[in-house]
Formats: sequence, C-alpha cells, structure tokens
Amino acid sequence: MSDAIQPIVMPKWGLAMTEGMVIAWHAEAGAAIKAGDEIADIETAKITNVFESPVAGTLRRVVAPTDEMVPVGAVIAVVADETVTDADLDAYVTEFQANFVPEDTDDGGPEPEYVEADGRRLRYLKMGDGGVPIVFVHGFGGDLNGWMFNQPALAEDRATYAIDLPGHGGSSKDVGGGDAKAMAAAVASLLDALEIGKVHLVGHSFGGAISMLIALKHPGRVASVTAICTAGLGEDINIDFIDGFISGKRRKDMKPVLEMLVADASLVSRDMINEVLKFKRLDGVDTALQTIRNTAFADGKQAGSLRPVLGELRVPCQVIWGRDDQIIPVAHSDDLPDSFSVHVLDGAGHLPHMEKSSEVNALIGKAASA
Amino acid sequence: MAKKSYRQAINEALAAEMRRDERVIVMGEDIAGGMGAPGEQDAWGGPMGVTKGLEPEFGRDRVLDTPITESAFIGAAAGAAATGLRPVAELMFVDFMGVCFDQIFNQAAKFRYMFGGKAVTPLVVRTMYGAGLSAASQHSQCLYPVFTHIPGLKVALPSSAYEAKGLLIQSIRDDDPVIFFEHKAMYDDEEDVPDESYTIPFGEANLTREGDDVTIVAFGRMVQFANQVADKLEKDDITCTVVDPRTTSPLDEDTIIEMAEETGRVVVVDEASPRCNMATDVSALITQNAFKALKAPIKMVTPPHVPVPFAADLEKEYIPSPEKIEAAVREVAAA
Repeated sequence: MSDAIQPIVMPKWGLAMTEGMVIAWHAEAGAAIKAGDEIADIETAKITNVFESPVAGTLRRVVAPTDEMVPVGAVIAVVADETVTDADLDAYVTEFQANFVPEDTDDGGPEPEYVEADGRRLRYLKMGDGGVPIVFVHGFGGDLNGWMFNQPALAEDRATYAIDLPGHGGSSKDVGGGDAKAMAAAVASLLDALEIGKVHLVGHSFGGAISMLIALKHPGRVASVTAICTAGLGEDINIDFIDGFISGKRRKDMKPVLEMLVADASLVSRDMINEVLKFKRLDGVDTALQTIRNTAFADGKQAGSLRPVLGELRVPCQVIWGRDDQIIPVAHSDDLPDSFSVHVLDGAGHLPHMEKSSEVNALIGKAASA
Repeated sequence: MAKKSYRQAINEALAAEMRRDERVIVMGEDIAGGMGAPGEQDAWGGPMGVTKGLEPEFGRDRVLDTPITESAFIGAAAGAAATGLRPVAELMFVDFMGVCFDQIFNQAAKFRYMFGGKAVTPLVVRTMYGAGLSAASQHSQCLYPVFTHIPGLKVALPSSAYEAKGLLIQSIRDDDPVIFFEHKAMYDDEEDVPDESYTIPFGEANLTREGDDVTIVAFGRMVQFANQVADKLEKDDITCTVVDPRTTSPLDEDTIIEMAEETGRVVVVDEASPRCNMATDVSALITQNAFKALKAPIKMVTPPHVPVPFAADLEKEYIPSPEKIEAAVREVAAA
C-alpha cells in the first residue's frame, strides 16, 4: 500500500545543509503536481531557493508548516493517489516520522576529494556516475559549492565534477599567471589527472571564459560548453565588484559587494557572506585574487576577448545570462555566432544557476543529453 | 574541511606556523614532557594535550620544556622575542601570571615604546583561563581585563575552534606581545576548521547572531552561551545580535557602539570578576557614545565579586549561565 504513497522530503542543497525551512508553499493539499513543478520556497542558512517536486501525483498532505526548521531528509509533504485513505496517509506520516533519523552530519554524502595535477593540489567534488561527465567551473572568487543547486540534480543520470580553480576553495593558492589561459591549462591538467575523457563543460563568469578556452584548445575532449554570464565576450566588467571583493574584510563591507551578484539582494544571507570572508582569510588567497585581477581584469577591463576566435569553436555552445546581471552586462550575449544558442533569464542577476536553478538545470541537462 | 576541536585547532596553528617560520619556537611546563630525562619524550603534550606531536616533529631545539618558574621562562621568552625569535610560551594557568608581571608589563609590553619604535617583540603567551572544571580559586580566574589594561599588549579571546586557529596564527605573525586566552572548558568543542592556514585580524568584532531586539556583547566562552540564548529566544520572537569582540585589546569600539545603537538594548556578558572588567568597560563605552539610542539601562551579567568556588554547585552558581543571560535579555527587552 505504501508504494502508492510517495514522500517528499527536505532536500539537501550543498554539503553544509543540515536543515531547511519552508517559507511558502505554492501547492495546496489536493493539487495535482508534476515532477519539476515549483511547489515551495525553501530557506537554508545559505540562500533561499525554489523547490521543485521530485515526484508526480496528487499532493495529499502538506506536512511541514511554514517557518519551521526541518532536518534534511524529513518528510515535508506526501503525494498519493485517491485510493489511499486519509487514515492510511496519517499512519504513513506517523510511521515515517517515528522512524526518521536525521542524517549524521559527519556522514553527509559525497565529500570533496583532492588530486595532484601539474604541481598543484586541486579539490573537486564528484557526484553521480556514468555517461559523458559534466564538469562545473566556477568564477572569480567562487568555489565548487556554488553549484549546490545544480550538481545534485544533474548527477542523477550522469557523473558530474565540480572543481575548485587554483587560488580558490580548497585548491592550492598558486594561480600561475592568473589569466584564463593559465586556469584553462590547470583544469585540463585536472581532467588528465583524473583520467576523464570527453566532458560537458559548464562555466560561470570567469569559468565560462576558461571553459571556452579549453574547448578551443582541446576540441576533441569537449562535448559541449554552457557558459553562464560568461567572461570573454567583451571588455566590460564591474571592477567595483572585483575590487570590493578583494578589499572587503568585514561583513559590513562585503554585503553590498555580494548583493551586486543577484537580482534580489535579500538572497544574500549571512552565511554566504561568512563563507566568503572565511575563504578570503586563507593564506595566499589575497595574492591569488590580486594576481587574477591584475591579469584578467587589468585597468578595469576584461583582457583577451574570445570573440575573434569564437568561429573556431567546434563544439555546441550555449550562453545563459541573467537579464539583471550587474557584473558582466547581458549585452555581451548579443551578436554571437549563429552556432551559439542564447538564453536570457528574467529575474536573475549574475548567479542564474542559483537564482533560477531549475531553468538553468534544464538547459544544461538538454545540452548534456544532445 | 573537517570538524576539529578547539584543542586540535590550536595544535594545527602551532604546527603550521612552526613549519612556515623556523623562528617560531614553543616553550612551557610539560609542553612535551620528559626533557633532560630518559624515557618517553612527548609524554604530556601540555597539561591538556594541546602541544602533543610538536616535539617529535620539531625536536628539542624548538620545543622546550621549562622548569616550574614562570618568572624565568616568560622573561626568557620576552628576551628571545626581542632578539629575533618568535616564541610561543605556554603559561599553564593565567592565575600564575602574577609572578611574571614585570617581565610582561614592564618589559615585553614596553620594548617597542621605550626603544623608540625600533624594537619588535613578537611574543605570544598562551594561557588557560575560566571556571567550570572545579579547579578552585587559584586555577579558574579570567584575568584578561588585567592584561587589557596594559598599553603595548594585545589580548585575544577565541570563542570557538575556528576562531582559535585564525586568531593564534595572527598572534604568532604579529610583531607585538599577545596574551592568548584559551578557556579550559572549551578544548573539546568542535566545529568546521579549514586544514589550511588563515588569519583573523585583531580588533574586528564578529557578529555571531544578528537580530533586532537586544544586543549581547560577550567574551570568550560567554559567546557560546549568548548564542544559545539568542537561538532559544528567537522562538519567543526576541531576536538578538551577539557581538564577539574577539580581542579586548585592540577593541572594536565601532562595531560595539553601532550594534548598541541598532537595538538600543544591551546586555554585556563577562566571566571576569565584576569590578573593572570588560563588562564595565564596554558599558562605559556605550553610555558615552550611544546614550541617546539606549531604550533601557545596560544589563551586565557577570559572576559575583568573590573567588571562584571549588564546590561544584557553588561554581555552577558563580558562572554567568545561559539562564542568567536569558533572564537579563528578557528584562532589557521588556524595559
């Protein structure tokens, strides 16, 4: 009987998430829902995001009240068809909750690993298995955790790797020349070290330029490129963001800087700011960021536009942009070669993969399945 | 990044700085154990096991067991700092500091000033403080206000494992003498601590909670109690900002004043004896600078002005507890 009942549980977004809070339900008991329907807004310590139903059917019970903390994995709603009686539903929920053990936070699924590549220790997080893997490349100042809304979803039917670029996250802080070329070489060396063949590259911002460079240099090993709010397509860059990110030492200074990243400033949580400050305190990070700034964004402009060589790209390429991007203008997605598909998302800034994760995941999934 | 204890975080900071800079040495009573005698050398690793593993890695030239004579080895450490090393001396309990006040107050703290800015004194004195282990009145005091009083000294009070590693590395790299206070009831407290080295700058308060109703300024272990209270009261719709100044010298006056102004209701929590402690100092700071913003009198939560009792029940009553902090917060919130 319980086969007819499908629990919807509190999702785990990112390595650090242990609990979450439904701040609004977008579906009521009795509603017919499809997998992928946006059924709730869930707030975590890091960021608030839309939660999509993982299952289809009739939403029979909303179990988690709004504004109440719920551990990851606890039932928040129940889907079942009409043949299931209310008494059975009640019994199911009671039993689920009685047997529910919150996940041990020390054993919370996949952990980042390290690999030696070209003299550097690089950190990556692997999720999922099989198929042509997706490799996620973050941008300036980011790290592999930035893909927390994307990697778990896309890892369901293939291998995925989120990596930390040199100078970032848990990777060595030596950035070499610090330009996109040096970074592309480091990513290629990481793929070699892990003996990964062909990949779909998903790059954000600076990571987008890095991904396109890898595709230009090693067309045989790249199946597709998804470049999100990417660098490399023009000169403009919000240098106030770059400089503010480098110089910010306190929460007060960092908050307005990070708010430039998103269309809705309220998405920037105190944990997000603290994580950035913690990263910036690591030995070597300041030098690494300065080096990148002084090569890739010297004189407040992006160095090395890829536009003259885009025609040489031999792999399918899609560009995704947030309409309200305050870091790199959405206009950089104009006038691209016909081989590029361009998707501009409303209501998103420079982090559409977080702000509009379901749409971005669908686009990446499509590119990776083509 | 893995969960690490306060003890491990301090040990990692010491080991990493000793690897990074060969001028860094550690010294103190039983910090390895067995110096000058046959038998096991790293038997102790300090009274709380904090320095365990340093002697095998760095050897006796850099890990020095000292006689039970604080006046001698703290003086030696100050001299070593003035002549080119970067010593980290462990003075087991801060309660024993009295015998070496001259070495610290009159010598180490004054070198830079007396030599016209030409001398540096990169000395760190690590020391245990605080009540809670029934260690009685001679091993339980919180003497950080005494050191905060002396110009030329810096005073750090890490409130968690992450804070301990970053503040200790900053202390070791600092060119002035730093008294680094470790609460003896916190050594087993765990949290995520990066494997890599990082520094937390001095004089920058940390907001461990942010709320609208009451500002709690707390020091050292009391930050943890204040956080517990803030989390509990949130369920009753009283939201608190918790300010952890991290260092009492330098003190982040700006953040304290700003946070006091934001809520207008302030509780200061200090485990040190109530006369001339950080609670009185911070209260004066706020009344002088943010008086017009205050909506209620500032409440101080401190122990009574008595020696720390040995009897467990009395000691429990002595320590500013989460219950006492909660009562104070409720009182200023309602005023």
